[in-house]
Amino acid sequence: MEHILTAVSLIAQPYVLMIICISALYGLFVGAIPGLTATMATALLVPVTFFMDPVPALAAIVTMEAMAIFAGDIPGALVRIPGTPSSAAYVDESYALTQKGRAGFVLGVDVTVAAIGGMMGAVILIALAPMLAEIAMRFTSFEYFWLACIGLSCSVLVTKGSLLKGLISLLIGLFMTTVGVDITLGYPRFTFGITDFLNGFTFIPAMIGMFGVSEVMRNVTGDGCQCNVGAVQTQKLFNGIGPVLRKYRLNVARSGLVGTFVGILPGAGADIGAWIAYALSKKFSKEPEKYGTGHIEGIVDAGTANNAGLGGAWVPALVFGIPGDSITAIVIGVLFMKGLRPGPMIFQRTPEILYAVYIAFIFANLILIPFGVLAIKTGSQMLRVPRNMLMPAILMFCIVGAFAINNTTFDVGVMLACGILAYIMESNDIPVAPAILGIVLGRLLEESFMVSMIKSDWDLTVFFHRPVSAVLGVITVILWSSPVIAAWRGRRRVAEQVATEEAVCEPKIKELT
Amino acid sequence: MRKKALVALGVTVLMMAAGGWTAASAADYPQRPITLICPWGAGGGTDAVSRIIATLLKKELGVPVNVVNRTGGSGAVGHTAMATAKPDGYTIGMPTVEITMMHWMGLTEITYQNLTPVCMVNFDSAAINIRTDAPWATYKDLENYIRANPGQLKDSGTGQGGIWHLAMAGWLKAVGFAPTDIKWIPSKGAAPALQDLMAGGIDMSSCSLPEAATLIDAGKVKPLAVMAPERDPKFPDLPTLKELGIDWTCGAWRGIAAPKGTPAEIVAVLEKAIEKVVKSDEFIKFMQNRGFGIYWLNSTDFAQALAQADKDNGEIMKAAGIAK
Repeated sequence: MEHILTAVSLIAQPYVLMIICISALYGLFVGAIPGLTATMATALLVPVTFFMDPVPALAAIVTMEAMAIFAGDIPGALVRIPGTPSSAAYVDESYALTQKGRAGFVLGVDVTVAAIGGMMGAVILIALAPMLAEIAMRFTSFEYFWLACIGLSCSVLVTKGSLLKGLISLLIGLFMTTVGVDITLGYPRFTFGITDFLNGFTFIPAMIGMFGVSEVMRNVTGDGCQCNVGAVQTQKLFNGIGPVLRKYRLNVARSGLVGTFVGILPGAGADIGAWIAYALSKKFSKEPEKYGTGHIEGIVDAGTANNAGLGGAWVPALVFGIPGDSITAIVIGVLFMKGLRPGPMIFQRTPEILYAVYIAFIFANLILIPFGVLAIKTGSQMLRVPRNMLMPAILMFCIVGAFAINNTTFDVGVMLACGILAYIMESNDIPVAPAILGIVLGRLLEESFMVSMIKSDWDLTVFFHRPVSAVLGVITVILWSSPVIAAWRGRRRVAEQVATEEAVCEPKIKELT
Repeated sequence: MRKKALVALGVTVLMMAAGGWTAASAADYPQRPITLICPWGAGGGTDAVSRIIATLLKKELGVPVNVVNRTGGSGAVGHTAMATAKPDGYTIGMPTVEITMMHWMGLTEITYQNLTPVCMVNFDSAAINIRTDAPWATYKDLENYIRANPGQLKDSGTGQGGIWHLAMAGWLKAVGFAPTDIKWIPSKGAAPALQDLMAGGIDMSSCSLPEAATLIDAGKVKPLAVMAPERDPKFPDLPTLKELGIDWTCGAWRGIAAPKGTPAEIVAVLEKAIEKVVKSDEFIKFMQNRGFGIYWLNSTDFAQALAQADKDNGEIMKAAGIAK
């Protein structure tokens, strides 16, 4: 109780509230511009949060992501281009309704279910994280080794397209973490005697490059979209939403849960949550034939799930230091920068900061509705911002941001190199998300393995000695063999799986957002 | 043509300005903002101490003092940046105990001799911390257990060859144990090591008392002995190793240093200003809040302490097989 009051007093300050409002506007803007993702927005926000205390910094990210994921629906409905990959699942549906002249209605539903979904994700985060942290207190290097394995395996298994390309991406990420001083034995690797390399590739500049620079390159080389859209009829935005919500209240509850739990899975974020919720919605609907023709039910489901996933992704990030999606991958970097080591200890040492994050989540979802309405009203204007001014500005922020972390030009080089690398990878259909997970978890994987081996004098069976460790090990082995089992289990099953996977792996998804 | 002339003129003016600065620097230092390099990450202990010193030093000197974190390579990156900066007093740094250890590990060529010591400000002693539910009630119980079961217990607190590794190695040597009688488990720092201690992954942590303080207060960790010359006022019942008949003290310190070759007058100005800072109520209160020990050594004493520590640490690291 005392911590909650401290947390409220940390949030309810003019400075923090101002930060929240500014980041809300920033999130809405970035979300509404097609091609700019919530992950990129987070990466660009990091250098700014560098100058803030932990609470406003985390509150800014929480607010920004909630706003951006909703705002991605706006261009989806207006011009049939998802603002972020998380809106891709139902963009056709939304646009079909817009063509029937019901853009205001779609966006009104979007903003309402986004707030409800976000709130569900937050509540599950608040309830689940401390419970898991209690368990995680008893985790040592053996358990963390398996957790890192599970996280990395999931990131490959949920990836779109070919498993092999996902694996390649993962290995690129893992390789990058081997540069620098070896954490366990203190031996410098791949440094070529250059002092800057001793630290390895700094994580945040790598992220800024992979999400910022590659996005700019894609926008510059691809066809620019010149969007000309009329204003949305926003007079009676919330008319007729009450009946929709009442009718589909079970859908909202189901998709909130689905979205949150997909968010918790490492590597799978809001976009995959939306695809799965949409697929489930169609499967269990009484009127599946209406899907694709402008039916609101699928929008309710997917729109709830993508915002619910945000809270879910924070659960493993805070409890284990394993990111639930690529936004929380950056959040982990921010936590380290602020001297807060994610893990069960954070619940003991700085509970007030965690409570502040919880309150920020609830607060962000409350202000989502007024801010969202504002964004809907100005949506068509935001789409008219010229690309040739936006992209250089983003590139500039990338460079400034990468430099600001350590005040070294080396990091700017890392950022640009990673940007080009990510661009080349995506041009060849190699997903970036597994590489990101590799960069985040590579050191944990190596350290927990080496430390376990030093503890046990290189006895590999030690990974199955402790009961929790053994269970996690078995789960990992099952994950690894799942593609083989899937292939082995008769054609019908496989065909079904391919169908869902195809739904999940829509080519428009460029990365997990 | 006109453009070229303008460029030439600009360059000349800039060079004159730069020359002017260098000439004037020793006499009326400081004239412009000072950069204070912190070799460890934002949010950590060294970062906190360097920031409070920067804030208070700004009041003393009347120019801004900006803390820049140059992290990585177990401190090697930041210490190298300190040593290779221009020795004009406008870049100083907060070296930590690692400067006397890293070169023995072969991590860097930089030693304390590449720096001009200004002063030492803080010292925190290592302690022997165990789980509250561990079977040893006193230090002697633990020592007897190690004697009966050599090589069974595991200790952690920092990376391979880090200061708490050295604390353990020196303690074992002083008792007469072999360096391998306790297994050293490298970790990223005291916080993860203490978490592993509670999870049962290791049996003790030889990290400092302020690092373990939160968990000691929470009743999850208990210290058995401290490797300090005298008892810690915050833990009056905790014996020192010396009292227990073991001649070993060890701890981590933080100081202020400038690059080698910084003029003596500038060092004197800094030393005087930082002495005032360290004796100010604000600094004392801050350090007490964080549980850090204040330990003042002036430039001459700091230089001697550095030379002594470098020699001693090298010997212990070689004996323990940590040095390369």
